[in-house]
Amino acid sequence: MRAFLHRHPRVRLAGLLSAPLLWLIVAYLGALAVLLVSAFWTVNGFTGEVVREFTLANFRTILAEEVYRTVTLRSVGVAAAVTVICVVLAVPMALYMAKVAAPRSRHWLVIAILTPLWASYLVKAYAWRILLANGGPVDWLLGGAGNGPGYGLFATVLVLSYLWLPYMILPIYAGLERLPDSLLEASADLGARAGRTLRSVVLPILVPAVFAGSIFTFSLSLGDYITVQIVGGKTQLIGNLVYANIGAANNLPFAAALATIPVLIMVIYLVAVRRSGALEEL
Amino acid sequence: MRHIEKALVAAVLLLAGCGGGNGGSGTGSGPGGMSVPKVDKLATLGAGEGSVNVIAWAGYVEDGSTDKKVDWVTGFEKETGCQVNAKIAGTSDEMVTLMKTGEYDVVSASGDASLRLIYGGDVAPVNTSLISNYQDVFDGLKNKQWNSVNGQPYGVPHGRGANLLMYRTDLVKPAPTSWGAVFDPASPYKGKVTAYDSPIYIADAALYLMKTKPDLGIKNPYALDDTQFKAATDLLTEQNKLIGEYWSDYTKEVQAFKAGNSVLGTTWQVITNLAKADKAPVEAILPAEGATGWSDTWMISSKAKHPNCAYLWMNHIISPKANAGVAEWFGEAPANKLACQQTADKNHCGTFHADDEAYFGQIWYWTTPIARCLDGRTDVTCKDYAAWAQAWTTVKG
Repeated sequence: MRAFLHRHPRVRLAGLLSAPLLWLIVAYLGALAVLLVSAFWTVNGFTGEVVREFTLANFRTILAEEVYRTVTLRSVGVAAAVTVICVVLAVPMALYMAKVAAPRSRHWLVIAILTPLWASYLVKAYAWRILLANGGPVDWLLGGAGNGPGYGLFATVLVLSYLWLPYMILPIYAGLERLPDSLLEASADLGARAGRTLRSVVLPILVPAVFAGSIFTFSLSLGDYITVQIVGGKTQLIGNLVYANIGAANNLPFAAALATIPVLIMVIYLVAVRRSGALEEL
Repeated sequence: MRHIEKALVAAVLLLAGCGGGNGGSGTGSGPGGMSVPKVDKLATLGAGEGSVNVIAWAGYVEDGSTDKKVDWVTGFEKETGCQVNAKIAGTSDEMVTLMKTGEYDVVSASGDASLRLIYGGDVAPVNTSLISNYQDVFDGLKNKQWNSVNGQPYGVPHGRGANLLMYRTDLVKPAPTSWGAVFDPASPYKGKVTAYDSPIYIADAALYLMKTKPDLGIKNPYALDDTQFKAATDLLTEQNKLIGEYWSDYTKEVQAFKAGNSVLGTTWQVITNLAKADKAPVEAILPAEGATGWSDTWMISSKAKHPNCAYLWMNHIISPKANAGVAEWFGEAPANKLACQQTADKNHCGTFHADDEAYFGQIWYWTTPIARCLDGRTDVTCKDYAAWAQAWTTVKG
């Protein structure tokens, strides 16, 4: 057996790759294909049985009804806001970790960034529900019940930014670590001040890393529905509509049609990001 | 098991073959001219299978883990050897979706789920001769439009009650007496009003309009033509500005009322009880307009993997003692006449109008809206549930 495999490297390769390839094609691409196909079906309004006939009705509804446009724009807005907040917070932190902190403490800083990821997503979201509750700790800090933001769109953006921040810090940190110190020294030797060095040396190297991080924060926020449900008050995002159509309305085809919206947005986003070279940073 | 499946396949084929064109008068045809899939009922009761998978409303399946004194499951498990695995659902739609998976044996379906389950072939008719406690069920609950088809019961009645209006006694003054409190555009509680997060909540708005805007001519909050439906959804869109959050998860509602994020809105008696147990100063009332409500039925899946345990469960849950336990904990009228002697509060059946059919005439049980108007009008078509579901998304914006 071993000798046979040794003599036939192609068989060896096939044996090695068939399982993961099967996974990729059947489970991953297959699921996406089913999603796409079922988006063209409908359900019987009374019994909820899926009617397997090709129709564009779902997409027509999505395009015709104003509410879906509103929700899509709101979702993109939330995803963009979360991404911007994460960038603003992550760049100085990553810069400090990679360039300022002593090499010994770097290690610990990375661990500190990673620790929140050890706790369950749900626990963290519910912790924020308690924090933001009427008369809760946030209200108290701001001087009494009702002074805090309460539940709503703002709370959603806040909690999502908190949840996805590590996914932004890590790629930026990795990108900055690859920036040789000698470049910074050369810039200083040539008379550039800190600000100029940051703009002309660090930033161009940083941009692809920021885009890489933004892919995580943007796509994770775009698809989220649990945080919104917990701290979002009455806010609806695309994820909630998909969830409501699967769980409450039992309209799987319509949910599938709705789910193509974030897929489409992400494809556009990835194509745009590819131009910046961020995909090589992943 | 095998032949139930076969019968089901045949039934589905039958349904596919003759759906649509069928009028409304032939045997086995239901609302909208649909016919009921033929599913066999259990003929004889055998030994338990060791477990039963239950979908229920919060508070219906209590094994002492919420409150040590509230337990009607442990005894059943010991007696029958059927381990009860309960899945709590927050809305009727969720129940229908879960039942379609075929993973569950029994469900406590409300009227807006039961018919969809029957006509979808997801539940089997019930052989009531195998359920000894069935004979003690109030006659007012047997063979109703939402739990039977052509005299064949599709489940055992569990209990009934009304959706109430809950408010924080320390913050909402004066105490509300009307649903107008949650629809008033000038409400001082703006941002702290809550509502039930399900398309069926549109009926609450319709009920309010039925009493306050008689010129709309609403006779049944589940039978709304275009104008009436628009009036109801407009009212809800207006109400959306007052809403802090919608609820379908009862724990979220308890927490929101305790913290004061919500101070006024729809509730179930059980949620009020839990909030009070949590020391939240709340009270619940039945507003002057009457209310929407539910009449629940335990139904058995047509794909039940544990049919014997399912029958044992259905018999147990409507037994006087268990039925009284659920009725008091959830805050509803029991289905079993004899349960009235078993309640801890001897006035429970009086308070909840257990045998008062006139009272329940004021309660509009959750029903699935269909295109053929439920109030008997034939000159207009009504909005069906799909339209309700779509409108609910629009209302929330």
